[in-house]
Amino acid sequence: MSTEDQKSTDVNLTRRKVLTGATGVVGAVGAGFMAVPFLGSWMPSERAKAAGAPVNADVSRLQPGQMLTVSWRGKPVWVVRRTPEMLKILTENVTELRDPDSNESIQPDYSKNAFRSINEEFLVVVGICTHLGCAPLYRPAVGSPDMQEGWKGGFFCPCHGSRFDLAGRVAKSVPAPTNLVIPPYHFRTESIIRVGEDPTEGGVA
Amino acid sequence: MSNQTNESSSGKSSLLGWFDERYPVSSTWNKHVGEYYAPKNFNFWYFFGSLALIVLVNQIVTGIWLTMSYVPTNAGAFSSVEYIMRDVEWGWLLRYLHSTGASAFFIVIYLHMMRALLYGSYKKPRELVWVIGMLLFLVLMAEAFMGYLLPWGQMSFWGAQVIISLFGAIPVIGPDLALWIRGDFVISEVTLNRFFALHVIALPLVLVILVFMHLVALHHVGSNNPDGIEIKKLKDNKGIPLDGIRFHPYYSVKDAMGAVFFFILFALVLFYAPEGGGYFIEAPNFEPANPLKTPDHIVPVWYFTPFYAILRAVPDKFLGVVAMGAAVVILFALPWLDRCKVKSIRYRGNSYKVLLTILVISFFVLGFLGTQPSTPLYTKLAQIFTALYFMFFLVLPFTSANEKTKPVPERVT
Repeated sequence: MSTEDQKSTDVNLTRRKVLTGATGVVGAVGAGFMAVPFLGSWMPSERAKAAGAPVNADVSRLQPGQMLTVSWRGKPVWVVRRTPEMLKILTENVTELRDPDSNESIQPDYSKNAFRSINEEFLVVVGICTHLGCAPLYRPAVGSPDMQEGWKGGFFCPCHGSRFDLAGRVAKSVPAPTNLVIPPYHFRTESIIRVGEDPTEGGVA
Repeated sequence: MSNQTNESSSGKSSLLGWFDERYPVSSTWNKHVGEYYAPKNFNFWYFFGSLALIVLVNQIVTGIWLTMSYVPTNAGAFSSVEYIMRDVEWGWLLRYLHSTGASAFFIVIYLHMMRALLYGSYKKPRELVWVIGMLLFLVLMAEAFMGYLLPWGQMSFWGAQVIISLFGAIPVIGPDLALWIRGDFVISEVTLNRFFALHVIALPLVLVILVFMHLVALHHVGSNNPDGIEIKKLKDNKGIPLDGIRFHPYYSVKDAMGAVFFFILFALVLFYAPEGGGYFIEAPNFEPANPLKTPDHIVPVWYFTPFYAILRAVPDKFLGVVAMGAAVVILFALPWLDRCKVKSIRYRGNSYKVLLTILVISFFVLGFLGTQPSTPLYTKLAQIFTALYFMFFLVLPFTSANEKTKPVPERVT
């Protein structure tokens, strides 16, 4: 800009401000739109989502009291075949639980019941602590030697000491806020559990 | 400074003159090194700024060499680190320089911050030096955390799992935020890849820019000193501070000597205890990451344990995260929380000395507790020392406002 322009009195400062402001606004909107692909690219890719496909767990050889682990969406999913004794204990210690009716916890509606399962014999649960994501240990026996006194059988998270019973329900006064997550699943046959798919999509519920 | 610029632009026929006319070589050198006047009474505590710079260079150079052999994939990460350790010529040295250097970085930075607390280096007019320094500390923590995932050992994997889950504790947006950071439903190769990108390029760039700004801010306001006296107040007739000496050669030589002693100590750890007794590289990290099995005892590397102990001390998941974040963020406010005009601890009242002692003890005790499994006794202790840690910041504004200080001398001692 030449000095003559600056000296002249008819420089329209208002117009200049409006133009600068308008350019700024358009630029900010543009930057906002540009941020979408950069931030969006951090979301799970189509491949990661596809890896969330359902998996089968064959429980035909699972003995009462045993647990097997399948990997679904990269997470461990546990299938525990509970004995009648275990189920009996689950009905007894309800007062020691933070969320006995699973109102605050995540599970499909069809497993929001006393044993948090479709078939009470089989517990299907995501093996990730609801506190900070560690994998709790399976200690099914009453009074397991490495557990604290009065242990009724369940899961113990070694990271920060959270305890869950054999329905994945969290004890009171531990860091984990909610019960272990129950994934969507259904019984494809009597001995094949399909993890990651709701019963309505086929199979015997 | 201005006469220097005139001199160089007045047509010196030398090569330097040729450059000075086209690029501010001499004036930049003089402003930041040759004619940067620093107080003449620097002591031991003033080594750690230059040492931090040396460690940063070490991390960048060894880091570049490590990327030449490292493979950021699910199958390749752990084995490529072993390949570096066993098969790459001098690979073991480069890797240990980098992993030991990370711990050395935090030792140096913590001592550097301690110096500021002792001599009030965060006070007016150096508030921005402190704030930029705190940003550096934050970025350094992110850089260290992401770097620790790369060897893809058990502790890498589960440490990252726990820390990213912290974001999931934030109400409403938490779970989606954690998903966004991971880029997958669990920590996976996707997470590894993006952490690698952030660790080797994004965060180091930010670090270097912040270091530059930290130094520009420092050289603008001038260095503090153990007496906490502004040397710019008393100048000779040439405008040179009476208590100032040129950074070069006086402090460049002093810092070089400090670097030699540092290298001796660093080499001792590097060659005789590169894993730092399980504190610099933790034992479970010699086992490849296994998403289906958690190590019995998850502990972060030692430099995060004070903050980790604060996280565990709070029984509520979200409030624990808030407390841990607050423990770092509250340091940003220090220049405004401390209302005492006297800078150096040499002339400050007993209240500050007591508070600072409590802060340092709390930091060490929390650091120890963070490495231990949580038992009821340790949890109780962690709660007590978390309270004491925060007490420093909450009580300081009141005690510092009318502190019984000693008279500060005119000249440095």
